[in-house]
Amino acid sequence: MRVTVTVNGERREADDVWEGESLLHVLRERLGLPGSKNACEQGECGSCTVLMDGLPVCACLVAAGQAQDREVRTVEGLAEGADRLAPVQEAFVEAGAVQCGFCTPGLLVAAHDLIRRAGRPSDVEIREALAGNLCRCTGYEKIMEAVRLAAARTASAELSTEDTP
Amino acid sequence: MTQRTSPERGVREPTTTAAAAATAVTGGIGDSARRPDGTLKVRGEFAYSSDLWHEDMLWGATLRSPHPYARILSVDLTEALRTPGVHAVLTHEDVPGENIYGLEHADQPVLAVDVVRYQGEPVAVVAADHPETAQRAAKRIRVEYEPLEPVTDMVAAARGEGPPLHPDGNVVRHLRIRKGDAEATADVMVVGEYEVGMQDQAFLGPESGLAVPAEDGGVDLYVATQWLHVDQRQVARALGLPLAKVRLTLAGVGGAFGGREDLSMQVHACMLALRTGRPVKMVYNRQESFFGHVHRHPAKIYYEHGATRDGDLVYVRAKIYLDGGAYASSTTAVVANAATLGVGPYTVDNVAIDCWGVYTNNPPCGAMRGFGAVQAAFGYESQMDELARRLGVDPVELRIRNAIAEGDTMPTGQLVDSAAPVAELLRRVKNLPLPPAVRTEPVDVRELPGGVSNTTHGEGVVRGVGYGVGIKNVCFSEGFDDYSTARLRLQVIGGEATALIHTAAAEIGQGLVTIKQQIVRSELGVERVTVQPMDTSVGNGGSTSASRQTYMTGGAVRQVCHTVRERVLRMAGRRVGRAPDGLALAGGKVVDARGEVVADLAEVLGDEAVEATEVYRHRPTHRVDPERGQGNAHVQYAFAAHRAVVDVDVELGLVRVVQLDCAQDVGRAVNPQAVLGQIHGGSAQGLGLAVMEEIQVVDGRVRNPSFTDYLIPTILDMPPMTVDVLELADPHAPYGLRGVGEPPTISSTPAIVAAIRAATGRALNRVPVRPEHITGT
Ligand code: FES
Ligand code: FES
Repeated sequence: MRVTVTVNGERREADDVWEGESLLHVLRERLGLPGSKNACEQGECGSCTVLMDGLPVCACLVAAGQAQDREVRTVEGLAEGADRLAPVQEAFVEAGAVQCGFCTPGLLVAAHDLIRRAGRPSDVEIREALAGNLCRCTGYEKIMEAVRLAAARTASAELSTEDTP
Repeated sequence: MTQRTSPERGVREPTTTAAAAATAVTGGIGDSARRPDGTLKVRGEFAYSSDLWHEDMLWGATLRSPHPYARILSVDLTEALRTPGVHAVLTHEDVPGENIYGLEHADQPVLAVDVVRYQGEPVAVVAADHPETAQRAAKRIRVEYEPLEPVTDMVAAARGEGPPLHPDGNVVRHLRIRKGDAEATADVMVVGEYEVGMQDQAFLGPESGLAVPAEDGGVDLYVATQWLHVDQRQVARALGLPLAKVRLTLAGVGGAFGGREDLSMQVHACMLALRTGRPVKMVYNRQESFFGHVHRHPAKIYYEHGATRDGDLVYVRAKIYLDGGAYASSTTAVVANAATLGVGPYTVDNVAIDCWGVYTNNPPCGAMRGFGAVQAAFGYESQMDELARRLGVDPVELRIRNAIAEGDTMPTGQLVDSAAPVAELLRRVKNLPLPPAVRTEPVDVRELPGGVSNTTHGEGVVRGVGYGVGIKNVCFSEGFDDYSTARLRLQVIGGEATALIHTAAAEIGQGLVTIKQQIVRSELGVERVTVQPMDTSVGNGGSTSASRQTYMTGGAVRQVCHTVRERVLRMAGRRVGRAPDGLALAGGKVVDARGEVVADLAEVLGDEAVEATEVYRHRPTHRVDPERGQGNAHVQYAFAAHRAVVDVDVELGLVRVVQLDCAQDVGRAVNPQAVLGQIHGGSAQGLGLAVMEEIQVVDGRVRNPSFTDYLIPTILDMPPMTVDVLELADPHAPYGLRGVGEPPTISSTPAIVAAIRAATGRALNRVPVRPEHITGT
């Protein structure tokens, strides 16, 4: 079958999709977007987290057909522009929240979504929101630090844009 | 919230000009320089082994044994071969070279011949044009088995009971350590029996790689591994090819923790690629991953500790059994660690330890972070707590009283000849601030055991505090020729002096790529350092394990920098007409002893590239003698101490670790941020072993091969940590550094269990601790 989906603002088509394929497989193997990861392919690790119509989902649990005509945003589409990083991406690098980085794309999408929804989440809220994203390397301390940092920077950036006449 | 103190820093620093220059450089040694791969990783552009793609590539799949032990009576490939889209179906008959491999002993077939020895053992492999087609075709291979009664009891195997699974019987290694008086007696005696469950590395990036057939009849393999050259050696032997025709390049590695030291899909993908003449990609899914790599050895441990009434240890006797499963992997080294480190970081005059590593039909076990030391530490630290209880003394005081220190000897007779601040680490971790008491008002269930399951509002919740301290050997031990190689090229690129650093040492997430850059920046005073892809076109870098890479590859990089620096300074000396002795490199310039610039480095280099390759070896170690286990087996010892604070719902048996703090000596923090990352991550894996992680094996069969049933700590399970980093230089090591990765995994488990014991009063002699162990139901 053919699947048409808007990915990171671009309309994309994938042909010869077998009906058992997941959105994750289509992104990774058919659309050349391997940024979303495949650590479990059974909805348990969050490494494949993408935004579908603005909501975080595990792309491994979404059948390719379910993504027909939807808007999908992946880690590759978080930054605005090729030479820039989104605040949450910048904060992850800076805080040392990236080791092997296999959990990183999913965490970034989930954290980005959290900050957009919650502004300056408390620690308990951060932990709750990221509970579906496993990381085996960092013990999560630096991830907490990075999310706090990104949230603080996003909030102050928003304040200063409001200030500008 | 992390704090980092290093009051001792510099006190015992070997004074070399390199070290002095080192601290001054931005992005150099001692700086929390950023990872060179960080930006790619956060953009989703870093190519992991499972992301690789090649035009025309096929997908591989593996058929595995459903039985823990069985004879293979027949294999019928007809239907699999008939499946549309299938390009090859291969069995042991198609292994081009020797059908045998193994890390320390070659005892494992690439594909099973007439017997399978564990559930999940590969029997056949398939290549097809779609991964699903390959999987389906594999299922169509008909294998007729005659199931046999599996050997599953490690203690019985050590006694020689049951059928031998390999020609030399089921004991892979029995190591004896004897020190002092075997008959020693003491005022107080504590006896304990302990068990450690089988832990999984659970790295997130699945086993995967891409094999591309080459025109010379060889193969290029892009793979996630911990040790390119040991893979190359084993793959070449199995393929019947010379080393030069088997070229490996490291693909992005999604964590490893020991689980990638052995081969997984390497030979299989190469066989399929050579047979089909097409590139072949193999990617395990999570379930297959649980069968596709070795695990941490489960252990049964018997300890007897004798002490004076004042709390001085008089003797330690132990029997340690380690289940290596169907194949040896690194079992001999795991036995060595458990035995030689079996009394822990304590001085004891009289020691008798026997340690066995055995073959069974359980899943093969091998390397996992802290191997051997982790299992023993749960036993000896539990014993120390019990001894403290019996003596009515503070458990930290008892540990400090018996703590090993520089100048003491180990049970092997080896002198501890650099800093061993065990007592200091315990004092420091004890002095870190404690969290506020159990909060009942206002109740936030998210901060209580059970969390949003809303199982308690504070009733039945008891707080406990516990401590643990551990010891680990760093680098390869027992006379192994352990070395690493680094190649460096210094040349002008785009008008700027640029260093290209090339090693085969695997970056698995820990940040060795950053460390290499930092060392080159400090040693050569150049800002631009490019890390070249890690591959087998440069000499062996050794394994990324045993906490050894910053030490070993760091040592090689330092050495090659010195060679290049010497040459460049000679060139500079000739150019400016001065003796090279008084010259140095800093900030892209050649400077004299007073720091005055005498030449620009780029000008000195001109069109010339200065290139060198160096091999670094640590000081030699020796095998211990077989009778008494005496000898200088280890290169360096490393220590960490933890304090755990837990809240336990004693009615339901639910545990919440509230805080986990650590003090560790790292000799020299080459990258402080990465050091913290190792301590956090290692502590989390120890937490997992303490309260949740176990591969459940019943009659040789794995019951929980998924992240649904094998639980690893989430961000809700892992508490905040305060970390106190000590830097007491080891004069034998490059920059005085001490391996960092493993010690935190060793002491966090016993600390957490001690805290649960303190809260519940239960004996708890098995990890992971399960709710029923706490409730006693
Ligand atoms: S890969 Fe989708 S949740 Fe793990
Ligand atoms: S950084 Fe490796 S899994 Fe998170």
